[in-house]
Amino acid sequence: MAYGKKVLDHYENPRNVGVLDKDANNVGTGMVGAPACGDVMRLQIQVNDKGVIEDAKFKTYGCGSAIASSSLLTEWVKGKTVDEASEIKNTEIVEELELPPVKIHCSVLAEDAIKAAISDLKSKAG
Amino acid sequence: MLTPTYMDYSATTPVDKRVAEKMAKYLTMEGDFGNPASRSHFYGWQAEKAVDEARSQVASLVGADPREIVWTSGATESNNLAIKGIANFYHKRGKHIITLKTEHKAVLDTCRQLEREGFEVTYLEPLSNGLLDIKVFTNAIREDTILASIMHVNNEIGVIQDIQSIGDICRAHKIFFHVDAAQSVGKISIDLASLPVDLMSFSAHKIYGPKGMGALYVSRKPRVRLEAQMHGGGHERGMRSGTLATHQIVGMGEAFAIAKAEMLKEGKKIKQLRDRLLDGFSNMEEVVINGDIEQRVPGNLNISFNYVEGESLMMAISDVAVSSGSACTSASLEPSYVLRALGLSDELAHSSIRFSIGRYTTEKDVDDAIRLVREKVEKLRDLSPLWDMFKEGIDLSTVQWAAH
Repeated sequence: MAYGKKVLDHYENPRNVGVLDKDANNVGTGMVGAPACGDVMRLQIQVNDKGVIEDAKFKTYGCGSAIASSSLLTEWVKGKTVDEASEIKNTEIVEELELPPVKIHCSVLAEDAIKAAISDLKSKAG
Repeated sequence: MLTPTYMDYSATTPVDKRVAEKMAKYLTMEGDFGNPASRSHFYGWQAEKAVDEARSQVASLVGADPREIVWTSGATESNNLAIKGIANFYHKRGKHIITLKTEHKAVLDTCRQLEREGFEVTYLEPLSNGLLDIKVFTNAIREDTILASIMHVNNEIGVIQDIQSIGDICRAHKIFFHVDAAQSVGKISIDLASLPVDLMSFSAHKIYGPKGMGALYVSRKPRVRLEAQMHGGGHERGMRSGTLATHQIVGMGEAFAIAKAEMLKEGKKIKQLRDRLLDGFSNMEEVVINGDIEQRVPGNLNISFNYVEGESLMMAISDVAVSSGSACTSASLEPSYVLRALGLSDELAHSSIRFSIGRYTTEKDVDDAIRLVREKVEKLRDLSPLWDMFKEGIDLSTVQWAAH
């Protein structure tokens, strides 16, 4: 099982690693996974008043595929509206990164992470 | 592309050139290719001579009589033969077996199979340093216990069990004692003339011999009998049928002879290098050595870098070939069952790396590995939300995780 090129690329050059202010009203934070499973992702999005995601940051504890899935997601959501971001499917991540079957759960977790971040954002607005 | 530095000697070892050269003499028309069981001609006699010599070489390393060595296809087969062989031969005496949760799958899965056939097995918990508590062992013995199987050195954490004491207790209770010595033979000294052990499994490929070759020590004094698991011709005194693979056997013999000659010196060198590797991480935060550091085979270092997941670290340090959890469980998503049996939290088990060094490891290899690991652990901690939480003083055991 050699590591996929795209997965390695995201690991070597991760996009958008970091932290946003979780208390800000226009920031949504999603934390999913558990150390027991070997995968924990924290995904944060910052939205402008037009509902467009202008910044996204992530941190992940997990294998290379998990790191790549969450890194890729932060790339994809920038410039999208919150509704568009919630449409992203894990299968698109699998295809883009060429994840093997045993790593599909990493893409599922990434999809959960963006949904959790959006949910957190909406709960602040509400 | 340069090949990575090999630091996974516990998974397998390269065949020593001296061993490979000798093996090659038993293959082609120009060599001694005969069937060792061909009693009637020169070709058979030559092969038989080579097999006899190898049998003595193996016996000599472990203080056994050559007649007590049974050739097998590897330690997995030896474990199967020992455990099933005893269970099925002596089942009228009792149907209870004792073993340890940290045994190799070759022992655990064999025990599971016997459970399906009506035997009862007790899987003991080790102490948190990986060692077996003698009192716990003694308390587990019942009237109907016939066999105990405890490995000498654990493949993941390298800890050495006190097989002298365990064996003494087995003798006192008239239980057969089997020891899986795949990871210990040729690395630490074994003297079966004085050890109270009835059966012992050996592997060739862990000690610079070929893969697909092993042996089982079966004591003659006191005499141990087994039900054969491979039938067909009655080879190896009826205990293991099948034409003997002369080249494989010669390889194992030569590897064991080299080990006998070089074990002491090599052990010192390897221990020095392993300790150098350990020193290289000693001033890092949140680093845990898994398993007792003293009662440990020279080449093993199993270490957890907290808050960094093991597979991502292995990918990051791909210039060094190591493993995270044992090779046998690498296909599953679960953390190492050995580490969990020590009481390690799941995340520490997921964060573990096993470095196992050996004959061809150099000081430069160790220094390069230290540099690489330190750099990548730092990088992965920068990526880790758990490291952030730790730095903020959050106790991770109190967090409600949103797992599936």
